[in-house]
Amino acid sequence: MLELKDICKVYNPGSVNEMCLFDKFNLTVDQGSFVSIVGSNGSGKTSMLNIICGSIPIDSGEVRISGKNMNGKKDFERYRTIGRVYQNPSMGTCPHMTILENMSLADNKGKSFGLSHGINGKRIAFYQEQLAILGLGLENKLDVLVGALSGGQRQAVSLIMATMTPLDFLILDEHTAALDPKTAELIMELTGKIVKEKHLTTMMVTHNLRYAAEYGDRLIMMDKGRIVLDKAGAEKDATSVEDILHLFNTISIECGN
Amino acid sequence: MLELVISTVTQGLIFALLSYGVYITYKILDFPDLTVDGSFPLGAAVTAVMLVNGYNPFFTLVVAAVVGALAGFCTGFIHVKLNVRDLLAGIITMTALFSINLQIAGSNLAVGRNVDTIFTNPLVNGLLGNMPLLYRKLIVSLFLALIVKLILDFYFKTKNGLLLRAVGDNDALVTTLAKDKGWVKILGLVIANSLVALAGAVVCHEQRSFAATMGTGQIVFGLATVIIGTTLFRKMSFVKGTTAVLIGSIVYKICIQIAISLGLPPNLLKLITAVLFLAILVIGNMEKGMVRKGA
Repeated sequence: MLELKDICKVYNPGSVNEMCLFDKFNLTVDQGSFVSIVGSNGSGKTSMLNIICGSIPIDSGEVRISGKNMNGKKDFERYRTIGRVYQNPSMGTCPHMTILENMSLADNKGKSFGLSHGINGKRIAFYQEQLAILGLGLENKLDVLVGALSGGQRQAVSLIMATMTPLDFLILDEHTAALDPKTAELIMELTGKIVKEKHLTTMMVTHNLRYAAEYGDRLIMMDKGRIVLDKAGAEKDATSVEDILHLFNTISIECGN
Repeated sequence: MLELVISTVTQGLIFALLSYGVYITYKILDFPDLTVDGSFPLGAAVTAVMLVNGYNPFFTLVVAAVVGALAGFCTGFIHVKLNVRDLLAGIITMTALFSINLQIAGSNLAVGRNVDTIFTNPLVNGLLGNMPLLYRKLIVSLFLALIVKLILDFYFKTKNGLLLRAVGDNDALVTTLAKDKGWVKILGLVIANSLVALAGAVVCHEQRSFAATMGTGQIVFGLATVIIGTTLFRKMSFVKGTTAVLIGSIVYKICIQIAISLGLPPNLLKLITAVLFLAILVIGNMEKGMVRKGA
């Protein structure tokens, strides 16, 4: 479970560019839920993810993960139980290392990286099984450099890598935005499958309103650091893409976009 | 003639130790580490003082590697914890080391002919019989270059080695693996500079001297050998990076020796190195540009 309590964040304090993004922002995400988050650029979606992961500091408030206060914990400490897939497919993998080496790295997340052999031969079958879920034939290309893969293949590997170890929750930061529509569709289907199989608590930021409506059991729309729409369960199922788009446009018109 | 070839190859083997270090920082960590110009003479300074004071010649190698590691730690700490840019962090340590080296050695220091070195001591003399010094130097250098290469090859295959490679390839991934990327970078600099100082120590054994200026241009030499080596074997992916830079170091030393034999004044050496290095970099960039356009 994730709790954000009274989060305040001001960018560039004391300068002419001072911008208050969050003023007593609150959000609770229950164990096992899959939250889709939409909102225009600058609405605070990515900032919120970065605050959760500890990549940007907060002025006041509290981030709690599974009941534990995360304030003061550095980003790499928080990632012990957080998985994250970024918008840019190259962010989630090492391009100059093979698929097998990348998988081995991900498999060792949270453990010590000592002087034992980096690749555990006994785990190769498991990696192949995981890669086979993707249906891209990557299970037979373990020795290929990840840099030689297409963006979509790389993002698929990133997704497998991010979810390989037990997680408190998974963060998807516009992870289909840089892909062509067909590949994006594939990655999204895989995401749904993996989240379901591993029962992951998931937060997905997306600009694709259809994905937001189709996937997940809770939908949040953000605007200027506030939550303007929050529907879960049956209420969410009853919300169509058109409804979301309508609200989205209304907000945009207010902004003058 | 044969003697010249052997001593040139020996030089290449000794300096390969430095090239391994530069390979780690430049190729693996993507960190242009100028500490090298200071940690190389640091290894030599420590070694010269210890030899003059009668320490075991092999023990000097260990001490040199440890003080080199400290120098690497300083650069890493300045860069990672004090947020100073990579190039500047190296320059700061390098500059400080110039004074420190002189403090350690007092001044330029010569090691007497009667002092045992790693090339002439009861152990090596016993093992290699009455082989001439020239060959003993070759064999000891070859042994050192190969043993360090094997250790590094082993290390790069460990979990820790994978993490080191990952931090240079994509440091954001290391953070999501719940590891502090800063410490991984510091570790890389520590290993690299301990190798560079080790090279300095072996050079000191070989020349029987320490000079405060012996570090000047070593980073450029190191970068040149790394780029020569990796370019030569670019199409052969089965050749390990360490093998490539080992060959690169020997090739480089041979090229320089040929140039000197053809009458190049030694005073122009560093100029030629710099120009060659620039040419290699520019050619490398042009190739990269072509790949990008092709993609």
